[in-house]
Amino acid sequence: MVKAIRQGNRTAVKRRARISRAVRKPNRSIGGDIFIWFLLIIFGAFFAFPLVFAINNAFKPLNELFIWPPRLFVINPTMGNFQDLFILMSRSWVTFSRYIFNTVFITAVGTVGHLMVASMGAYAISKYNFPGSKFFFGLVITTLMFSGFVTAIPNFLIIASLGWIDTYWAIIIPAFAMPLGFFLLKQFIDTVPMSLVESAKIDGASEWTIYSRIIMPLVKPAMLTAMIFSVQALWNNPQANLIYTEQLKTLPFALGQIMGSPHVPNIARAGTGAAATLIMIIVPILLFIVAQSNILKTMANSGIKE
Amino acid sequence: MAAISAPAKEGTNYERYRARKRAMRAHTWAEIKKHRTLYLFLAPFAIVFTAFVLAPVVISIILSFTYFNVLELPRFVGFQNYLNLFLADDVFLIALRNTMILAVITGPIGYMSAFLFAWFINELPRFVRAFVTLVFYAPTITGAAFMVWGFIFTGDAFGYLNANLLRLGIIQEPVLWLVNPAYMMPVIIIVVLWMSLGAGFLAFIAGLSTIDEALYEAGLVDGVKNRWQELWFITLPNMQGMLMFGAVMAITASFAVGQVTQDLAGFPSTDYAVHTVVNHLIDYGAIRFEMGYASAIATILFLAMIYAKILVGKFISKIGQ
Repeated sequence: MVKAIRQGNRTAVKRRARISRAVRKPNRSIGGDIFIWFLLIIFGAFFAFPLVFAINNAFKPLNELFIWPPRLFVINPTMGNFQDLFILMSRSWVTFSRYIFNTVFITAVGTVGHLMVASMGAYAISKYNFPGSKFFFGLVITTLMFSGFVTAIPNFLIIASLGWIDTYWAIIIPAFAMPLGFFLLKQFIDTVPMSLVESAKIDGASEWTIYSRIIMPLVKPAMLTAMIFSVQALWNNPQANLIYTEQLKTLPFALGQIMGSPHVPNIARAGTGAAATLIMIIVPILLFIVAQSNILKTMANSGIKE
Repeated sequence: MAAISAPAKEGTNYERYRARKRAMRAHTWAEIKKHRTLYLFLAPFAIVFTAFVLAPVVISIILSFTYFNVLELPRFVGFQNYLNLFLADDVFLIALRNTMILAVITGPIGYMSAFLFAWFINELPRFVRAFVTLVFYAPTITGAAFMVWGFIFTGDAFGYLNANLLRLGIIQEPVLWLVNPAYMMPVIIIVVLWMSLGAGFLAFIAGLSTIDEALYEAGLVDGVKNRWQELWFITLPNMQGMLMFGAVMAITASFAVGQVTQDLAGFPSTDYAVHTVVNHLIDYGAIRFEMGYASAIATILFLAMIYAKILVGKFISKIGQ
């Protein structure tokens, strides 16, 4: 039955996909389509600005970075900034691959753990009403609204008392409980009809089977979105306050040293900094495109008719 | 339910009350036992959440009733921090006003534009959609991307905006966009709005993909005439969960503006023109080390956000009626 539901879903998805390709969607006027394309292009240019800026700056020679009047687009693109960056990297005291490994490790373990822990909890809270479930969910949403600046000190004390300071766990374990991903997954699992869970139960499926074989495939768009949030938070996190050992530090921290802070920018290395910025954002962007192009119609409701 | 409705028939009111309490407790215990697998499902998240998210928040709220300078142990002062905030701290009132202005303007506009853009983008073919989503999400994914606005609004002739206005002869001398109080608030509002397509926007994109296509077909039969009716009668009512998520995201983003004002307009900004509650909090927490006072500021902000969430929740439950 479980298999049948999933199988049914898959064929339904394919059938629907074929229909939507063949027939124009109803209720869509051509004028409206043109209006929407117009809006998307105008605002797209407005929102794409930081990307265009980052890409162009990374390829600008130093004299173009400080030209007057300032230009957005590069005139004579050069790879010089990247060469400088790689020379700097190869001369750093800790091999640069170590920083890269640290960041990839923290991001990967943190994200996988977060997705598992949060989706299991969200499933329990969303599909059942048990003592404390509503209260707990309320707590999760509420804590989202508390400013992170003042919780930093209690948080540090808790991590210190566990003896995790200066280890990867100081960053990885707290990331498991990101309220954002939990909230998102709970809202999506809410849309899966309870009758689907009940019919699987009648067929003898355990909670684990229902969670992993029925619910998870149906909320794949939410899982991919939660993955984006988690990767973004972990990848860009310098966390210099929790890790002291240079060998354990992360890529944003290492590149930050090259670029200087926003208030005291390293002017002489502005070009290198621009190249570093581009390298820093390229991984989240590639992952983002892969995740977004896999967000497809899931047909949570078409497997079963009520 | 049977367990609850079987209290002792005889005895005084108090005895009956005790009996009912006992029965209820037994019922709760039975419920807990029945759902023990679910507690196992929730346990990993609940434990980590309590230790690293909930406990720091609770500790901060407790600290808001103390004087705590990070070096010495906290000293209990009752409501003194809150009284000082509202009665003795003029800058806090300015910060509160600025935060409210920013929240009231950028919150609703950011929220609605996040939904509308997600809805427009949703109809594009697969890979085009992924790319356009990236373009609209760029301000969030590129980290501190709002710093590019610093280059645009730089106060000297090298700023992109000043340079171009000078070249076109619209202005005769560079405008101090981020230093002159007359321009600061509008500039910050533009930047905050530009950053408002964040988590909520992505949740909408994902949420739109889970709506059953059959509902639209049914709507067509029932006389839905154009895309806007479809939006109001079918799409929105089926997305209430994501709308609530987006609303919470919009509230947290618009009330917590602070990094942007600090990095663009300086700290403190001229005449406190864009000094927000979060800036005030950083001032006391990270510079003066008055963590008790900073925690009180955070708690006030927290209560304001909860109130805003309740208001928005009421509005969302009315959608599609």
